[in-house]
Amino acid sequence: MQAYGFWVKVFALTFAMGVVSGITMSFQFGTNWPGFMETVGNIAGPLLAYEVLTAFFLEATFLGVMLFGRKRVSERMHTTATFLVAFGTTMSAVWILVLNSWMQTPVGFEMINGQAHATDWIAIIFNPSFPYRFTHMLLASGLTASFLIAGLSAYQYLRGERCAAALAALRTGIFVAATLIPIQIFVGDLHGLNTLEHQPAKVAAMEGVWETERGAPALAFAIPNEKERRNDYAIGIPKLASLILTHDANGEIKGLNEFEGKHPPVAPVFWAFRVMVGIGMLMLLVSWLAAWQSRKQGMLKPWLARGLVAMSFSGWIATLAGWYVTEIGRQPYLVTGVLLTKDAASATAAPIIGVSLGLYLMLYLVLIVSYISVLFYLARHAHKKYSPLTIAEAKI
Amino acid sequence: MNDLLPLIFLGLMALAMLIYVVLDGYDLGVGILLRRAEDAEKDRMIASIGPFWDANETWLVLGVGILLVAFPTAHGIILGGLYLPVTFMLIGLILRGVAFDFRVKAHANHKPLWNMAFYAGSLLAAFSQGFMLGIYILGFDYTVSHTIFSVFIGLSLVAGYALLGACWLLLKTEGKLFRRAVRWAYGSLWLTGLGIAAVSIATPLVSTRIFEKWFAFPQLFWLLPIPALTALCFFICERQLRKLSLGLHEKIWVPFACAISLFVLAFIGLGYSLFPYLVVDKLRYDQAASAPESLFIMLIGVAVTLPAILFYTAYSYRVFWGKATDLSYD
Repeated sequence: MQAYGFWVKVFALTFAMGVVSGITMSFQFGTNWPGFMETVGNIAGPLLAYEVLTAFFLEATFLGVMLFGRKRVSERMHTTATFLVAFGTTMSAVWILVLNSWMQTPVGFEMINGQAHATDWIAIIFNPSFPYRFTHMLLASGLTASFLIAGLSAYQYLRGERCAAALAALRTGIFVAATLIPIQIFVGDLHGLNTLEHQPAKVAAMEGVWETERGAPALAFAIPNEKERRNDYAIGIPKLASLILTHDANGEIKGLNEFEGKHPPVAPVFWAFRVMVGIGMLMLLVSWLAAWQSRKQGMLKPWLARGLVAMSFSGWIATLAGWYVTEIGRQPYLVTGVLLTKDAASATAAPIIGVSLGLYLMLYLVLIVSYISVLFYLARHAHKKYSPLTIAEAKI
Repeated sequence: MNDLLPLIFLGLMALAMLIYVVLDGYDLGVGILLRRAEDAEKDRMIASIGPFWDANETWLVLGVGILLVAFPTAHGIILGGLYLPVTFMLIGLILRGVAFDFRVKAHANHKPLWNMAFYAGSLLAAFSQGFMLGIYILGFDYTVSHTIFSVFIGLSLVAGYALLGACWLLLKTEGKLFRRAVRWAYGSLWLTGLGIAAVSIATPLVSTRIFEKWFAFPQLFWLLPIPALTALCFFICERQLRKLSLGLHEKIWVPFACAISLFVLAFIGLGYSLFPYLVVDKLRYDQAASAPESLFIMLIGVAVTLPAILFYTAYSYRVFWGKATDLSYD
């Protein structure tokens, strides 16, 4: 319960950040992307409506009971409220990822007078990329949370906190991360194969493959040169990309030149993909090392604890990079093959959009800085009132 | 049925917006009044809205969400026309929402700063919403006279929210803070009344269509109860607040009920003025609606979930019934 007392604060703070930035999005459909709803509103509309109705109200209402109602309701009701908050947040992820996946791989509709009309809701909900994207995202959220927990707990550990709750949190964070990351790498691979099938141009940009080729190398480094349509300074491992994507060292990968004029900007997708995968590999290394050390010796070497602290926010960065890959990778389309991004954009004058963007960026910057510093501040003061364990007891 | 669907969704949207204005109105109002309280009282004031503000704000997402999903064309025109005020409102709501958590979690030295952000965010959000309403009624025309009119509606809504907030505090507080809340309610009641009166006079004057809708026979006869009831609510509220200020401590729910009634009546009047247009004098609700099959799919969801939402919202208010106690996760 002592661990709950600290982490529920972190949760409440994080939730508030999520709620307020989410409200912004419901307005931006209209303010910035009116063409989106005008074209595919008949499909996106019900999905968004179901998100608000089945998820937002549930999580928002029971969050109040969960956070502030412990003295006012029975223990059982409090557990139910907590469960309903978790259920609500998961439902919210389901609906929004259904919509996003449908935008990536649209099915189950027909176009009448330039507007999409639903013909098969089951096909729309279980569209080809949804199962992969949903699993990949849920695991990403799990990893984000476990690295945050491990990172902040390692920070407390380095400061000499040796109370049971802090150690339990550290242990949980490490072992959940170490369990999830190999699953995530496996699911990520499946997701990549699914993308290759439905959005080959995105995969070509991720791998930096310009010409269709057999036995394509996996590039560790390169500077994609969009003007001359080739990579500069490429360093790669021969045949690896073909092997990963087609499970055949000489498998064919379609190059960007097959999609000229209809493929995304290469460099951001290429680099975001490398950031995501790189962090994923680092996560594997750090979490397994930490799991091994704590199993073996019941403690963490300071350098590894520092590594965990440094990785506190790695989940967010990797998730964000992953979203950059998939969202920029869908360009020039907003809805693949149906709606171009430029056709959905608002006619609002550029300077006005610039002003609002600048204001949001400034505000978000202040919030991120405050958020991170408050997290560490909370971590420093979390366990003050609890007595430390003896050295013999203080095993992870 | 297909012809009826857009009308049903128009009704649902109006309902969601009305619930939003009343519910988030009282918690924004508490934020607006925060600056006038002493430090110890601030904690208690925020404790009174702590378990509710998040769910209250969700009604805005639902209202705008229905506009978005049921009337996509109108959503684009309206929010495009309100681009900057929407931005300011959102910044206000963001500041307010995070300040709620930061003020108790950040270093104690920073608490006054986050209290300030809470106050400023609430004020900015409330004002922007009123301003947006003004610009919306006048057809998204940012001329000087329209801007002045909209600023006035913005200030009126700030007063109206402060009234709701103060009346909410009557239910939730005791002692010195209660007595302060009575004074706040009294002051903001007069400002709100002034605002409602001025807006009611000004709106028909700026739109001939609205003028004709109100001032013609026999409608005028049927419409008279709206201003009459508004005046009645105002005076009941005023009398009860004076009683409370004399130290009488009964029927403390009357001012809150009156304040809600004032908002409901103003909302009905506004709805009557605008109907059947979503974009004033340009786009009717039935012209802007989504395809019937999509509306139908959503109606099923609404029919199942809305009663459940209302039920567990009521449950949450019951859990936190009575005077507010200090917020604690324990």
